[in-house]
Amino acid sequence: MTSVTAPASALATRALKTKLRADGIKMVFERDGVSTDVLDDISLEVGDGEFVCLLGPSGCGKSTMLNVIAGFISPTKGQVRIDGERVTGPDRRRVFVFQERGVFPWLTVEGNIGFGLFDLSEAERRQRIAHYVELVGLQGFEQAYPRELSGGMKQRVEVARALAVNPDMLFLDEPFGALDSITRLIMRGELLRIWEAERKTIVFVTHDIDEAVQLSDRVIVMTARPAKIQRIVDIDIPHPRDISSPKYLSLRDGIFDAIGLAHKV
Amino acid sequence: MTTLTRSRRWEPYVWPLLTAALLLLFWNFSVKWSGTNVFPSPLAVEQGLADLIRGGLLWRYIGDSLRRVAFGYLLAVLVGIPGGLLLGWYPAVAQVVNPVIQMLRPISPIAWIPVAIILFGVGDTASVYLIFLASFFPILTSAMNGVRNVPSMYRRAGRNFGLSPSKLLANVVFPAALPQMLVGLRIAVGIAWLVVVAAEMIASESGLGYLVIDARNSGKRYDLVVAAMLLIGLIGLVLDLGFRRTEKLKSLRWGFRDAS
Repeated sequence: MTSVTAPASALATRALKTKLRADGIKMVFERDGVSTDVLDDISLEVGDGEFVCLLGPSGCGKSTMLNVIAGFISPTKGQVRIDGERVTGPDRRRVFVFQERGVFPWLTVEGNIGFGLFDLSEAERRQRIAHYVELVGLQGFEQAYPRELSGGMKQRVEVARALAVNPDMLFLDEPFGALDSITRLIMRGELLRIWEAERKTIVFVTHDIDEAVQLSDRVIVMTARPAKIQRIVDIDIPHPRDISSPKYLSLRDGIFDAIGLAHKV
Repeated sequence: MTTLTRSRRWEPYVWPLLTAALLLLFWNFSVKWSGTNVFPSPLAVEQGLADLIRGGLLWRYIGDSLRRVAFGYLLAVLVGIPGGLLLGWYPAVAQVVNPVIQMLRPISPIAWIPVAIILFGVGDTASVYLIFLASFFPILTSAMNGVRNVPSMYRRAGRNFGLSPSKLLANVVFPAALPQMLVGLRIAVGIAWLVVVAAEMIASESGLGYLVIDARNSGKRYDLVVAAMLLIGLIGLVLDLGFRRTEKLKSLRWGFRDAS
């Protein structure tokens, strides 16, 4: 069932417009005279409205890859194009969602969600904030400060803050990593609901195989450092996904095998 | 007192007052039983204080001390906060300037008194200058470190939303660094209040510090010395409490672990 496909053909089968294209990304970090290869010649494509997971072991460089795509660091070699335009820095059309720690603790929920809306009129700003407060289910907490919220609620604030500026892409870097397992499951469902409502292109970094298979259209499996693309797995199961279905399990097990993990603990 | 047992309303006031009362009693009986005729009893101090108030001198001296602290401190804030923001924002500048700052910082402001007198003579300006020096370094250093310690995530988030550098400074870096800056401001006001007394003892002819030294020199009025000391303590306490209140503001409380 698992299919190893080149990125281009994977997109062709879905007939999606290419949103993002990374070509030959190499990243070498120099530190104290020692150079470390982090990314080794990574090329990938993401279609418009697609949900893609970058999956790999901790420290493999997937976060670095996401930072390159988002324009926070420029690669040693290669380039990223989004909508045909070369990425040279961060842009508010593509918002990076950190773990919950990225919410501004000095602002209320409202202040955080409205943070990127400084160029709107006050009325529009109010309206936009109210819309996204509702979308992430934080009604009644508009005036609360982050320290008064749970981890899951803070994560909602971050997602809402990102969505409020109406970006066309979201980059999520292990956004649910710090949450407990129950909250994490709920948040995955919420993210899918929001994605289906707003149809943003999402690149999601995770080291959790189940998370990747539950959420994404395609899983890009990366090797340990220096990271290469090991394989790309299409997850052609419609949402909501039955996580005990044979198809889900076989896709999941295929990735377990690819990474070289045993199925028994 | 653990956070689990909620204290009753009166408790935070009654116990400290009781401690103070016990101390007064101890003081009173120590003076009585030791038979000293130099050190004043609480009652004598109270009478000395009443004398001062009647003469109108007390309010003038308190006003003078507070005015000097206010000017010196405000000047230090006006220079120290922007300076610290700048140094924290441009690490290259900090690298050049910081060694000099860190060398000047440990010099006690008291050691500057002779220099202040040479520069400004005996009077208000010398004291203001000394208070400026005393409060400037903690304010500058805390602002610089506050900016440096802003998690890179906040800056990146700010950049991601397309903030210009000046907006990033005003809307992200400044509020993120504010709790640490406030710690510096609070430390500085404490030091400023310590230093004004020392400065007035030597470089001034009015103020609470001058009162201490003058009461001793002209007629060994130790009742007035102790009265001035108590007033200095009391005003210092009030200044500190004022700062503590700001730490309770919700938009700042996140930066202070123990304030809840």
